[in-house]
Amino acid sequence: MTMSRLEAQPTEVIDRSTTQRFRWNGKRFSGFEGDTIASALAAAGEHVFSRSMKYHRPRGILTADYWDPNLLVQVGDDPNVRAGHRLLEAGMDVQAQNVWPSLRHDIKAANGLVSRFLTAGFYYKTFMRPQKLWPAYERVLATFAPGGKVDPDTPHRYHDKRYTHPDVVVAGAGPAGIEAALAAAAAGARVLLVEHEHAVGGHLRYAHPEPARAALSELRAALDASDVEVLTDSTVTGRYEDNWLGIVQRNHPIAVERLIKARAKVLVVAPGLIERPFVFSGNDRPGVITSGAARRLINLWGVKPGERAVVFTANSDGDAAAADLDRVGVEVAAVIDGRDGRRVSAAQGSSKALEAVLAGGTRTEADLLVVAAGWTAPTSLLNMSGDRPVYDPNAARFFPSDPPGNVLATGGLAGDGSLDELRAHGAATGQLAAERAAAVAHRYQARTARALPVTGDEPAWVADLRVPLRRTHHPELHRSDTHGMIDFSEDVGSKDLVAAAREGYDSVELAKRYTTATMGSAQGKLETVNTVAAIAEARGETIAQVGTTVWRPPYAPLTLGALAGRVFEPVRVSSIHPWHEANGVRTILAGQWIRPDHYGDPAAEVRNVRANVGLIDVTPLGKLDLRGPDIPKLLNLLYTNKWSKLPVGKVRYGMMCAEDGVVLDDGVTGRLGEDHYLMTTTSSGAAGVWEWVENWLQTERPHWRVHVTPVTTAYSSINVAGPKSRELVSRVVEGVDLSPEAFKYMEVRTATVAGVAGCFMWRIGFTGELSFELHVPAGHGMHVWEALMEAGADLGVGPFGLEGQRIMRLEKGHFIVGQDTDGLTLGPSTGLSPLIKLDKDDFAGLPELAWAADRKLPMIVAIQPDDPNVVPEEAAQIVRGDTNEILGRITSSRMSPMLGRAICLGQVEPELAAGGTKVTVLLVSGERISATVMDHHAHFDPDGERLRG
Amino acid sequence: MLLVPCPNCGPRNSADLRYGGESHARPDPATAAPLQWRGYLYLRDNPAGWLRETWYCRSGCRRWFTLERNTATNEFRDPPQPGDKRGAKA
Repeated sequence: MTMSRLEAQPTEVIDRSTTQRFRWNGKRFSGFEGDTIASALAAAGEHVFSRSMKYHRPRGILTADYWDPNLLVQVGDDPNVRAGHRLLEAGMDVQAQNVWPSLRHDIKAANGLVSRFLTAGFYYKTFMRPQKLWPAYERVLATFAPGGKVDPDTPHRYHDKRYTHPDVVVAGAGPAGIEAALAAAAAGARVLLVEHEHAVGGHLRYAHPEPARAALSELRAALDASDVEVLTDSTVTGRYEDNWLGIVQRNHPIAVERLIKARAKVLVVAPGLIERPFVFSGNDRPGVITSGAARRLINLWGVKPGERAVVFTANSDGDAAAADLDRVGVEVAAVIDGRDGRRVSAAQGSSKALEAVLAGGTRTEADLLVVAAGWTAPTSLLNMSGDRPVYDPNAARFFPSDPPGNVLATGGLAGDGSLDELRAHGAATGQLAAERAAAVAHRYQARTARALPVTGDEPAWVADLRVPLRRTHHPELHRSDTHGMIDFSEDVGSKDLVAAAREGYDSVELAKRYTTATMGSAQGKLETVNTVAAIAEARGETIAQVGTTVWRPPYAPLTLGALAGRVFEPVRVSSIHPWHEANGVRTILAGQWIRPDHYGDPAAEVRNVRANVGLIDVTPLGKLDLRGPDIPKLLNLLYTNKWSKLPVGKVRYGMMCAEDGVVLDDGVTGRLGEDHYLMTTTSSGAAGVWEWVENWLQTERPHWRVHVTPVTTAYSSINVAGPKSRELVSRVVEGVDLSPEAFKYMEVRTATVAGVAGCFMWRIGFTGELSFELHVPAGHGMHVWEALMEAGADLGVGPFGLEGQRIMRLEKGHFIVGQDTDGLTLGPSTGLSPLIKLDKDDFAGLPELAWAADRKLPMIVAIQPDDPNVVPEEAAQIVRGDTNEILGRITSSRMSPMLGRAICLGQVEPELAAGGTKVTVLLVSGERISATVMDHHAHFDPDGERLRG
Repeated sequence: MLLVPCPNCGPRNSADLRYGGESHARPDPATAAPLQWRGYLYLRDNPAGWLRETWYCRSGCRRWFTLERNTATNEFRDPPQPGDKRGAKA
């Protein structure tokens, strides 16, 4: 097969005035703008593009489009690029994949010599025993894995995301798809037309005859003049519930790829048909191509695909290919007409080139064999819509059966016809799509109570009165009288499928997984029907009886970049964050919040708080403003302890459990006024607790008069902690007597702080120090923080971060929900049984907690390693002696700056919970250390004298 | 992705809501036997067909609401007694 560039073709898409230079396996090549990588290489005479996956057989162009399994190449650091589709760019560094040491001399081609031993299931059968050798097998087999090379140092490139809500999405811009888009737009629908290839037109793009060219110009002009949004080089990759569509746009101007999530009211499926290879001996030899490939090479890129051709044709596309070949000077040595029952039997030649074609006992010398054996209907999007397409042996392909009403098929997928008939069917489909979309839009609008009222009645659901396309007879051509390749991407031949069926893997779904047929880069587009046919033949049944695999998303392989794409997760910072950044903060991501972790030396921050006074920004603390007369009832229901008698001006700690008795959240709630409370939750639990509260109020106690407003970000929260905190706070607070007698531990006041009215202030003590927590209207958070810093300069005030706070709370033995508790930690395990009031009528989790009260449960305990310098890792296991029997684990651990020793919290089995018990901690290193369970949770100041001061 | 008809906000992507699961009544905690309570916690009918379930419109109106969904077709319909918001705990 010798390819070369033809003189200019009227339909060509290349710009011969723009030459683009690139490299192929290190050598210099050039092509034209508009070439694909493959067409440029073909025009330069290259005919081997890759080696096959298992047998390393040389492979050339097969379909010359996106689906071509033989044209996967590496472009720079980008593996598995489809050279049949990717447009050539100047400077590209293109390498063949799956070759070693080179495309021309591939040592693993020796696999081909032993191919009868590499049949279906070979790897399963050979390498499964002995199991202990698998790691060794794996290392060797990994070097045989196909595909390109992933460079872990590849720079991150931008992938975008977009959400859109069109009325109608048309998948496929052939003549029927374009007509559907135009008709839908003309009927008033907002239309998105998505085309897999680089330009609209479908098969008209590579049709030479004048009527086709005129029709294409007309359709393009109409599209340009319409409001239809056209996306080329883009694929509808999946259809999900309620027409939720994934679309990958590959030609975005600034993003490598853009993932579009579209909610379409109606989806029109018009992907056309995909030409199917024919199975015969040597059908994967370079020089054997589909009729579509021949016509695309000639008409799109002006590439002469060979010198002397044999054409095996069973349809008009094959005839058109023969005509194209003849027109451009390829000698058509023989035409084998499949409609007359004739078959091509073998493609013969050297390993890298076709030399002759055998058919009906006749040998014809040729360097090109063009095959037009029939079509695969790419019904993927219909399958994803719940349709089960039905095989029609007369037309030799699958047809839609009964897709849902908001999914309509048109074009070759729906049937056959003249160009005018296909266009008319497309237009009728577009009209129907627009009418049904209007009904869906009306229904959506009518369901939206807060939206503008809908006018008029819901439009009727228009019946499908389209004139169906006919089905033209096509011979069922799957395999000749010889065996050949079925799945080119996975190197699965018809013999493999016969063998699989003989071994009992005779259902399509089993045979597919056993042989991996249809599971390669072509994703079944080329090979599914031949796979089914081979199994049907082996079983002596028909294709309709065997059935086919269900096409699932994605329609075409997706890159991980497209899926990961742009992240829309918001990032939250407090209003004080600029101060932190200006003062050397090291941040930590906590949920969506970026929080100060420390400012350089967390241990020093701890010592300063314990000696002087420190400030921490605790804005992410969840805050719910509660109003109404029934709040005590609500609190009694949510918390395990009692709330009926909390006076105005007091705060109380409470623990929440879920209905299964597991610790859900904790925090303090203060009574600000008669019917006004402020509830705080853990920072990570803020959103969940709010939903939890709303659930109780809306579904279980709708008659209670409580109104909940989340105010987490309405207030900046600052904890002022340390022995000098009272002195500092007194310098900025007006109108509140801060003396220990007037403002006691666990009390709350409304105050004016640094001139800011409407602040709340309570005395609590997570750090174990005397501390005042200020909740300041968020707009004034920075002002109050700076005022505190300024006022406390002579007191040694300094900031502390989350790490310092975590150390101090651990010194005090306070557990953190989700850190020291998990999804199985029942309320009593926290050691807070006195706060679980089982005599209340009701609260969340009451029955489980009542039953748990009599049981011995794992307990949260304070633990100190006997070697004070060893800090066990969090999640290190507590085990029984020298065994690996797990009796608990370390849940929090730090070096205490105050005690100068390692301190921990852990969960242990009840038998180990008593103070003084010796336990064994298994470190990650494998070392075992001894540790002691403490009497109290608090390692430091167990009597709490400091915080009550 | 399912399009869930919130009674206030109209059809919304299910990712905008929290799925509250199958709607089921909370037993009286004073009298519930362990089997009954754990049935409430863990056992679901999971029918192939119409199922009454609760949703929370977390990104919209913030209302918990009850709908019926056909689990075989994902078709939604209003529950038989509109206004009856008794439902599941998340």
